[in-house]
Amino acid sequence: MKNKTGVLFGRSMRHILRSPDTIITVAIVPIMMMLLFVYVFGGAIKTSMDENVNYVSYLLPGVLLMAIASGISYTALRLFMDVRGGLFARFSSMPIKRSSMLWGHVLTSLVSNAISVVVIILIALIIGFRSSAGILSWLAIAGIISLFTLALTWVAVLPGLTAKSMEGATAFSYPIVFLPFISSAFTPTETMPAAVRVFAENQPVSSIIETVRSLLNSEPVGNNIWIALAWCLGILIVAYMFAMRAYKQKIA
Amino acid sequence: MTETAIQVKDLRKSFKDTEVLKGVDIEVRRGEIFALLGSNGAGKTTTVKILSTLLRPDGGTASVCGFDVQRQPGKVQQSISLTGQFAAVDGILTGRENLVLIAKLRSISDPAQVADSLLERFGLRDAANRRAGTYSGGMTRRLDIAMSLVGTPPVIFLDEPTTGLDPEGRLEVWKTIKELASSGVTILLTTQYLEEAEQLADKIAILHGGKIIANGTLEELKKLFPPAQVEYIEKQPSLEEIFLAIIGKKEGN
Repeated sequence: MKNKTGVLFGRSMRHILRSPDTIITVAIVPIMMMLLFVYVFGGAIKTSMDENVNYVSYLLPGVLLMAIASGISYTALRLFMDVRGGLFARFSSMPIKRSSMLWGHVLTSLVSNAISVVVIILIALIIGFRSSAGILSWLAIAGIISLFTLALTWVAVLPGLTAKSMEGATAFSYPIVFLPFISSAFTPTETMPAAVRVFAENQPVSSIIETVRSLLNSEPVGNNIWIALAWCLGILIVAYMFAMRAYKQKIA
Repeated sequence: MTETAIQVKDLRKSFKDTEVLKGVDIEVRRGEIFALLGSNGAGKTTTVKILSTLLRPDGGTASVCGFDVQRQPGKVQQSISLTGQFAAVDGILTGRENLVLIAKLRSISDPAQVADSLLERFGLRDAANRRAGTYSGGMTRRLDIAMSLVGTPPVIFLDEPTTGLDPEGRLEVWKTIKELASSGVTILLTTQYLEEAEQLADKIAILHGGKIIANGTLEELKKLFPPAQVEYIEKQPSLEEIFLAIIGKKEGN
């Protein structure tokens, strides 16, 4: 059985390059969100913050996570289209390693989300994002964002394989896209009511946002990095197990 | 090399409480076009899925080119090619890219050359660089079948190849299948259209209620019928014949 992840990765990357809506939705919406927060709400939000805070740098981690959360819904969509269109069955009946099919989509997700992340960081630089992070911090940021993408991609595989409709395949991502709003992504959590604050400070994306923010500002990451890694790995393992089970049920 | 291309014995499969296959026996010889005829839900697709290693049977055995589908799935996959119920082409890729993709997945040394010769053979050369999503139903199905021929597998499964096609598209596909047959490949096709089985198949098996209830050549099946009585009736053209005459296409050309 030959591993054909590379061939299938090339195929779905071609899909992305030919479907401009994928690129627009994944990169443009978070960029608009960033502009909205910086230029519309930012002035008001900043009054409750320390004067030295660079607000573009403050909200960048949250914007990146939102982009990834909407990016992975396209992985679910592409997988769903393969299942519905019969290509999934066609590939499964060919003498190739069956896991290549899933890994082709997973790799595509990693690469396309990385492209969106880089584009958003470039736009952020234009509107005033500055970081004192060194090369090691940037590597750590890349690592944790990639791990987050990988975990969410496996979350996306499950609806991609099992959904009955196109809407069903992508709807799961909306709550994830909105998760950064109820966190420290755009505003400090201190002003939130107690119940919301407890949720905001303990949900998975908060620890990731805090970790990335600390790394960008060359501040100590503290426990947040371990909490963030634990969330990512936990989600990854559980999602992978469920995805594999659904996959084996789909194909003998 | 055995003379038998596909051997199915007492094949059983249930989904939850529904017993779909209740002991199916099929034997297809090398180079034959074998039609599995049955109404919707008779278990035709289930049979094809088991033969193409996509489903596990609950009981019985099935082998393709001498390889057991359960114990040697890899060998079976190398010997077969599946054209599923819905044309499984990548609509975002062009016709040529679809063929090249399959050639690369099958580790063929010169994917571009294989793609070009199949495009030529299936009359898709002019449409080669158009996205497959823009093809007509008949063209899509032709590309689909062409993709199944990449790597010249000895056994081809065609699951309801003409379902959902317009009359023109159906004739195009019939012509394609007839041409395939002359190349010596073994074809197992499923269909719910009697006429299709009659037109294309060397052997026909009727799958009904989870079992093969009749099996043989068209001549043999005809003998199961009471002897013919001669009656004179006026032949009325069917709407299909009128339609095809008007648009200037006749069956078989």
